Amino acid sequence: MSNGKTQINRRTALKGLGAGTLAASGVLPGSLGFAQAQSSAPIKIGFQKHATGIGAAYGRWYDATTTAAVARINDMGGINGRPVEIVTEDDGTDPKRGAEVLEKFATQHNCDVAFGTLFSHVVIGSAPRAGELKLPYFVVSEGHHVASGMLNRYTLQPGITDVKSQVKSMAPFVGDNLGKKVTMIYPDFAFGHDHRDFFSEAIEAQGGEVVAKIAIPPTETSFTRYFPNIPRETEVVYHVMVGPGVLTFVKELGEFFGPSRPEIFGFIDSLEAVSINSPGLEFLEGTYFWEGNPRHAQANQTEFDKAYREAVGVDEMGASTADAKDVSTYAHMFGCWETLNIIKAGMESAHYQGPGDRAKLIEAVEAMTDMPESMDHPQGPKRFNGKTHQTFGVQYISKVENGKLVVQHTASIEDGMYEDEVDYTTQSF
Amino acid sequence: MKDAAKSNALHFGVLATLLVLFFVLPPYHAGNLSRIMVLAIYAMGFNLVFGYTGLLSLGHAMFFAAGMYGFGLTANLAGWPVVPAFATGIVCAAALAAVVAALALRTAGVSFMIVTLMFAQTAYLVVLYFGEYTRGDEGFVVQKAARMIGEIDLTTDTARFFAAYILFAICFLGLARVIQSRFGRTLVAIRENEERTRMLGYDAQRHKLYAMILSGAVSGVAGAAYAMLFGYVGATFASVQYSIFPLLWVLLGGAGTTIGPLIGVLFMFYLIDFSSSFTNAYMLIAGVALVLLTLFAPHGLAGLVRRKVFAWLP
Repeated sequence: MSNGKTQINRRTALKGLGAGTLAASGVLPGSLGFAQAQSSAPIKIGFQKHATGIGAAYGRWYDATTTAAVARINDMGGINGRPVEIVTEDDGTDPKRGAEVLEKFATQHNCDVAFGTLFSHVVIGSAPRAGELKLPYFVVSEGHHVASGMLNRYTLQPGITDVKSQVKSMAPFVGDNLGKKVTMIYPDFAFGHDHRDFFSEAIEAQGGEVVAKIAIPPTETSFTRYFPNIPRETEVVYHVMVGPGVLTFVKELGEFFGPSRPEIFGFIDSLEAVSINSPGLEFLEGTYFWEGNPRHAQANQTEFDKAYREAVGVDEMGASTADAKDVSTYAHMFGCWETLNIIKAGMESAHYQGPGDRAKLIEAVEAMTDMPESMDHPQGPKRFNGKTHQTFGVQYISKVENGKLVVQHTASIEDGMYEDEVDYTTQSF
Repeated sequence: MKDAAKSNALHFGVLATLLVLFFVLPPYHAGNLSRIMVLAIYAMGFNLVFGYTGLLSLGHAMFFAAGMYGFGLTANLAGWPVVPAFATGIVCAAALAAVVAALALRTAGVSFMIVTLMFAQTAYLVVLYFGEYTRGDEGFVVQKAARMIGEIDLTTDTARFFAAYILFAICFLGLARVIQSRFGRTLVAIRENEERTRMLGYDAQRHKLYAMILSGAVSGVAGAAYAMLFGYVGATFASVQYSIFPLLWVLLGGAGTTIGPLIGVLFMFYLIDFSSSFTNAYMLIAGVALVLLTLFAPHGLAGLVRRKVFAWLP
C-alpha cells in the first residue's frame, strides 16, 4: 500500500536497472510474450513440509495427501486451465527454518502461494514473513493462532478446524454421556494450555466442572507419580498427551486404575501414526477419542471418504495400503486435500493469473462460506469465516471397541462455533 | 602494511562486500544476508568465550533467548518502543550472563559445559512455565507496530537489511577492537595458559566473568535483533539445539578468528539450504562436513587460511 511517498528500495532500483537493460538490448519481447507464458505456466504451490524433526510422521502423510490431491486436480484440468506444481521444502519442524522456506518459495521458486504447515510454532514463526512477502499462506495446523488474531491477512486456515472449536464441540458429549466431573491431564506447554483453558470454559457451560488440572512437564518420561493427584470424585479423565511418552503414559494409567476406572476421553493427536492395537495400549479399550476424521472406515462410510482413502493410499484401518504397519495421521491430513481444493476454487473465482492477483485470491477465499460435504471436502461439510480466516466443521467422537475406533457421535458445525476474535478483512493488503 | 592495518582493511572489506552483495544478489540470497548477519552476531558472541577465552559453553541459547524475550515481551506486552525494548533485551541477556557466569565459573572444563547446559535447560523450562506470557513452545508474533523506529518500517527488506547490517558492523568492529585490546590479549593468554596468566598477576577469574557478560550481551543483541527483524519470539530458540548451533558455526568458520563466525554461519546456512533440496538427511551432510573439517582443518576455514596463507589474520 502506498503512503504517498516515493519509495526507492533495492528491488525497485534493480527492477528499473534490469528492465532498462533488457529493453535496450531488445531481449524483452513485450507484454504479449509475458501473457503467453503466464497462461501456460504451472501454478506453483510451495509445500512447507515437516520432513524432519518432531513433525516428520505428519509431514510424510501430509505429503502423500498433497500428492494425491494435486494429481486429482491436474486430472480435472488443473486450475484455470493451468497445471499445478508442488514445490516441496523441508522446514525441519523449526520456526526459523520455516520462515526461511517461505522466503525461498516467494523469492527463489516464485511460488504463487504457500501451504501445508501443521505445528503451531512453525506457523507462528513463518506467518510474519508471509505477510511481509505478501505470499498467501494456507496453513493446516488446527492451532487457534489464526482465529485469535495473532497473524495477518495473508495467513488463512480454511481446510481444518482449530483447537478451540474442536475442544468446545466435545464438551456437550462429555458432559451428557461420560460425566460432569473432569480431571484434565495435559502437557505443560501451549498446546496443553489451550486444551485446559478452552475445555474448562466449555464444560462449565454444560454444567460440569474440571475438578483437577494436572500439567505434565514436557521432559517427563514416567507419569505414575502424577496419578494420585486424580481426585476420587473424578468421573472422566480427559487426556491429551503427545509425543513419544504417550505409550508409557497409557500403560501406567492402566496399571494405576486397574479394572475399575473412570470414563476416559482423549484426543487422537496422542496416537496419530500409532496403531491403536499397539502392545501397551490395551487399556484404551472402551475409552473415547476425538477424531478430526475417523481413522477406521465406518459401517456408514461415505462414498467421498472411500474415494479419498483410495486416492491417498490408506486402507480401512487407516494404514498405508502398501504397508499395514504404516499408520496414517488420518485425523488431520484431510486438511491438505481440502485446502488444495479451496485454493483451486479461490483461484478460479478470482480468475487468478499470477502473483499480482494474490490479493484477489485472498478476497475470493474470504468470500467463501458454506462448503458441502463432497469429493472436495470428504471429511464433512465446512463453514468458513472470512473475517477470522478460520473454518468450522463437524467433529467425530469414537469409542475403541474390539481394537477399532467406532464413531459414537458427530458434533455439528454449530457445536464448535464461537465469537469472532478478529476481523482480518479490515487489514490492508 | 602493519598487521593492525591489514586487520582493519579486512574488516572494512568484509563490510563493504556485504553491502555490495545486498545490491547485486538475487532477492532470495539478498534476503538471506539479514538473517546470516543476525546469526553471525550470535556466533561472534559465542566465539568470544569459546574461541578467545577457551571456555566451552553449551548454554548460550539462554542468552540469545533472554535478548529475544527481553525485547519481545516489553514490545508486545508493555508496548515499549523499539529502542528501549531492544536495550532491555541486551540488559536481560547481560544480567543473566553475569549470574550464570558467577556460578558456572566456579567450575572448569567438562563441568563448565554441563553447568551451562543445565542452566540453559532451566531457562528453557522457565519460558515454558510462564506460558501465560511467553506462549511457551508456540511463541508469539511481534506485531508490525512494535517493529517501527519512527518512520522506519523494519518489516521491509531494505530496512531489515540495514538494521541487521548496522548491528553486525557494530558488533564485528567492536569485538575486533576488544580482541586487540589489553583485555582481549589477556583472554587469549587465559586460553593458552591460565596458570601462567595468573602467575603473571592477572585476575583470570574476573576476566572470564567480563568475557561471559560481554558474550551474553552480544548474544542478546542477536536474539533481540531476530525478534525485531523477523517478528517472532519462541521457546525453540532457548532449546539445546540453539546452544549447539553457535558451536558448529564457530568450529566450521574458525574459532578465535574475527571473521570465522560469519564464514561458519554462511557456510552452514548454504550447506543446509542446498543439501535439503535433494535429501532429508541434510544434518548428516552437515555432520560429515564438520568431521572432514575437524580432520583436515581443525582450526576451521579461517583458521586454515591463517595457518597456510595469512598469519596476521585476527
